[in-house]
Amino acid sequence: MAEQITCWLGMTLMVLGLGMPQAVKASAQSSGDEQATSRRLEIVAPFDIKGADPLLSGILFQRMQVVETLVEVDATGELQPGLATVWKVSDDGLEWRFTLRSGVQFHDGSRLDAEVARQSLEIARAKPGILKSVPIERIVAADDHTLVIALSEPFAALPAYLADYRQQILAPASFDESGTAQQVIGTGPYRMLRMTPPLSLEVTAFEDYWGEQPEVRQARYQAVSRAEGRALIAESGDADFTYGLDPASRQRLSKSPRVTLAAAATPRTMLLKVNANHPAFQDPDVRRALSLAIDRTAIAQVVLRYPRGASQLFPPMVEGWHDPALPELHQDVFEARALLDAAGWTVGEDGVRQKDGQRLAISLITFSDRPELPLVATVLERQFHAIGIQTRLDITNFSAIPAGHHDGSLDMALFARNLAMVPDPIGNVLSDYAGTPEAPGGDWGAMGWFDADFTAELERMAREGYEPTPEGQDPRAQASGVIQQALPVIPIAWYYQNLAISHRLQRAQVDPWERSFGLSELRWAP
Amino acid sequence: MNLPSRLLQLLMVVLMVGGTSYLMMQSLPGDAAWRIAAGRYGYDALDAAAAASVRAELGLEAQGGLHFLYWLGDILRLELGTSLISGESVWVEIRHQLGNSLSLAGAALGISLLIGPPLGLLAGLRAGGWLDRSLLAVCSLLRATPQFLLALVLILLISVEMGLLPAAGHGEPQHFILPAMTLALGLAAVSARLARDAMAAVTQTAFHDFARWKGLSNAQTFWRHGLRHVALPLVTYLGLQFVTLVEGVVVIESIFGWPGIGHALVHAIFSRDVPMVQGTALVLGVGFVVINLLVDLLGRQLDPRGVK
Repeated sequence: MAEQITCWLGMTLMVLGLGMPQAVKASAQSSGDEQATSRRLEIVAPFDIKGADPLLSGILFQRMQVVETLVEVDATGELQPGLATVWKVSDDGLEWRFTLRSGVQFHDGSRLDAEVARQSLEIARAKPGILKSVPIERIVAADDHTLVIALSEPFAALPAYLADYRQQILAPASFDESGTAQQVIGTGPYRMLRMTPPLSLEVTAFEDYWGEQPEVRQARYQAVSRAEGRALIAESGDADFTYGLDPASRQRLSKSPRVTLAAAATPRTMLLKVNANHPAFQDPDVRRALSLAIDRTAIAQVVLRYPRGASQLFPPMVEGWHDPALPELHQDVFEARALLDAAGWTVGEDGVRQKDGQRLAISLITFSDRPELPLVATVLERQFHAIGIQTRLDITNFSAIPAGHHDGSLDMALFARNLAMVPDPIGNVLSDYAGTPEAPGGDWGAMGWFDADFTAELERMAREGYEPTPEGQDPRAQASGVIQQALPVIPIAWYYQNLAISHRLQRAQVDPWERSFGLSELRWAP
Repeated sequence: MNLPSRLLQLLMVVLMVGGTSYLMMQSLPGDAAWRIAAGRYGYDALDAAAAASVRAELGLEAQGGLHFLYWLGDILRLELGTSLISGESVWVEIRHQLGNSLSLAGAALGISLLIGPPLGLLAGLRAGGWLDRSLLAVCSLLRATPQFLLALVLILLISVEMGLLPAAGHGEPQHFILPAMTLALGLAAVSARLARDAMAAVTQTAFHDFARWKGLSNAQTFWRHGLRHVALPLVTYLGLQFVTLVEGVVVIESIFGWPGIGHALVHAIFSRDVPMVQGTALVLGVGFVVINLLVDLLGRQLDPRGVK
């Protein structure tokens, strides 16, 4: 009987032992055949696919170059022709005329004309999104190739708004009656081959694309939510492009023979949002004390493994808004303590400062979708403790931040803000730092802080653009100076996009504006 | 074990699972409209306008159990509603994701059956022998290792160091092996011990000794008198393993990027996708009942004693 069981066992081991290498061999064979005809590029990133509608996963379709917008952006942030080749604004600033590219086909074979573009933009405008804040009166297809957008007041940043992923131009057949996209029928160099939410999609080159045909003909996107998982995939050589690497994995991957690490500064900043309605933080000196307590260099180098921390809100890549002449944010614990003393917050018996019987104990909300945030929050807790502020950490869902902004319950929040959702940051600055005296600031910006002159100046810039002031100053740099002075939010670090690129690829580039994976530019290594 | 009582049981499970998951979702802290908007649009695009549009679209103001009644009505028509996040029908999503999870769980169960019981039987035949003792050590170690850790060790060894299999992903046959192995090792650890104990117990019995006395060979004794006795506790345990599998699948799916029901459930809970949570919990609950029923039927086949 033992012999029979041994036999059973032996067979088991054979199945396991032999089966595995065979499966591997079979896969190597098939991928070998595939390579002969067309190799497939593998992309791994953390973003789940939620659905076909631009509002849900449109940013991913843009990154995969399945869809295009009327206006594009180059690496320096300059606007470039997209599906519109030129645009002009009338002298009174109220009428924008976009000339559409001719000979553009959608992936279903239908043709792009001004009427189709109009419909697509109208659908986008009816949904929540940044276009709601643009004073658009109507959108008209003047002729086949001319799209006219009429405004109720001038808005200089309009072309930049049209570059946002939510304004992607889709074929009419993409939408159902309610205006929700059920399919992604775009105009990009790649068309959707199959989409299997929530984790993967596959694209193939579109033969009738208006521009140059890409060398990479097939690509697959896979969402892997865990940073460790992504790093392991990169390390094992299964992915050609791996996005979103955590600091620890980056260090390990730097020794891997299979991949090269790449990084690019992005217009994203880690911020501490401070409720200026809080009895302590109403005083700008207390906000300044918070800022002076933070050791940005240590956070950047030890936790994030970046060369340096943020010296102001906008990173250097955001030209105009970044002001090199601005005095840098820095750490000075002694000055921080002196400011708090002067503001009447004295150290109590338990080491926590107090004023009029109230302890300086505050809550700090953050979330773990970005794994570095809770780590930085714990460092901040210690650094605030050093100046006598007690901090209670609350790591929760990120929606608690704008929700806490609206019900007024928020004290402080730590998050990463994309400052250029629209390639022209005026959109973000307006929504985050302007507002009205009744509802000052924005969900992901200032809270309880309002400066009427500053808001008026931002609105003027949005209308008229950024002509230098009579003194020769850039009004954007001046606006950054106002934020730096008042500190409605406290910048901590500027972000980098980190990715691992396999040695199978050449000419890989990182798009700092997080708009594209750059598939169409890639070449296979010989 | 008559059919009407089983159907009643099924109905109770549907009501309790649906009701409990609804109540649990309702009692979570935080505003549902914000959570749903967060799940749909992500942190870069989430703002008050997005939350307000979600609130208006879903009629979240109408509370007080009304949604639960709607859900019950839908269930009667075999409808599970649509996901609040993707807008896709919950049936379609579950079918897709449950299919992926079941194929992974099936592969894991298959591998565990090939490894666990044979080793256990061998050990049980020579209880106290070297195989028995080393199996005990290995099984304890495997059972005590969190699946999360085991998965990482396997990935590091087999994918990163040896470059034999993809570290994660889905879509090709070779993507099955690592996640299924991770699950299978944990399952095999227990089924091996169970088979070993059952086998050791059988060898102690009078009928086993009698079978040997009357001249049957070792193998004949095992096939005629041993296997059926060992099979009964094993089959019962396999039913229970479904629970371990579901629990393991949630962890394994997130590590290996497997688009299964565990992954879907976790995301649905985070973003307050109530219909999706209810639907998933319901399908899993009904799955438990069906599997228990199958186990009972199989047990009756294996051990017909006491049937009138």
